[in-house]
Amino acid sequence: MILAAGGGHSPIEQFALKKIVPLKVLGIDAAITNSTLFMIAAVLLICGFFYYAMQGATRVPGRMQSVAEMMYEFVAGTVRDNLDDGRDGKRFFPLVFALFTFVLTCNMLGMIPGFFTVTSHIIVTAGLAFLVIGIVIVFGFARHGIGFLKLFVPSGVPPALLPLLMPIEIISFLSRPVSLSVRLFANMLAGHIALKIFAGFVATLLAAAGAWSVLSILPLGLTVALSALEILIAFLQAYVFSVLTCVYLSDAVHGAH
Amino acid sequence: MDPLAAKYIGAGLAAIGTGAAGIGVGALFGQFLSGSLRNPSAADGQRGTLLLGFALTEALGIFALLIALLLLFAV
Repeated sequence: MILAAGGGHSPIEQFALKKIVPLKVLGIDAAITNSTLFMIAAVLLICGFFYYAMQGATRVPGRMQSVAEMMYEFVAGTVRDNLDDGRDGKRFFPLVFALFTFVLTCNMLGMIPGFFTVTSHIIVTAGLAFLVIGIVIVFGFARHGIGFLKLFVPSGVPPALLPLLMPIEIISFLSRPVSLSVRLFANMLAGHIALKIFAGFVATLLAAAGAWSVLSILPLGLTVALSALEILIAFLQAYVFSVLTCVYLSDAVHGAH
Repeated sequence: MDPLAAKYIGAGLAAIGTGAAGIGVGALFGQFLSGSLRNPSAADGQRGTLLLGFALTEALGIFALLIALLLLFAV
């Protein structure tokens, strides 16, 4: 591989899982890997930050308290806009807030060079997505009973079109967890691979030596610009994940549209 | 055809999709700009929708890029 020869490392090496503490529970491999470690770090970081920020909270917030309140207000606004029906919408705020902060923290931790990106593994994002869709299904049936299935029957269309539209609605519902998880995972994976490839160009040009190594400043600048874009994407994907969670949950809360 | 050559051609073909996503993102921001210049007071309220649309559109380009990268490095 050309790039590997220049950069010395394969661009997908950064996603490798490494066992830190081998552990077997009931015959299932439950080793503590670097992924587990960064998930624990993310949760501890979130809990620690909010605990520290809200300790001795004052009416006029300090710096840390302001950040905590901004995040709270941001997610609360998202839930209010997309989910609120004045009754049950607020009940899902803790879920959406936890999802948002977890995904955001994992994405941002991954942006630190040398750190592992938890959300670049589809099993993690798929776990989160299936949790959301599972809650939608369970809450939808609990709230509306069998009438929840009216979700698949679009209102106000001629009955002759229903055999055509209902499969489409069902397929679109079934593809939600897939698209929700693949969107986050693919963004993180592709972004980090692209970063690594451009960083590899710098190493390749420097290794080429001679007058050409002066040119290595170009991919270096591009790497910096890509990092900035990736930080934007890391935030945007966390936001999109929480917005789509709200949109899907509003199906369960409001029932047939 | 040499399988390696086919792999690289496939990766190149998959990368065309990112260009299509580029058209979409360009249309998105262009329309937003033309709309917000007509009615600047309404623009701030729609910024969240803009970012959501951007992320959804951009994700499709990323899917295409993902296939290209998988062909290059994982297959």
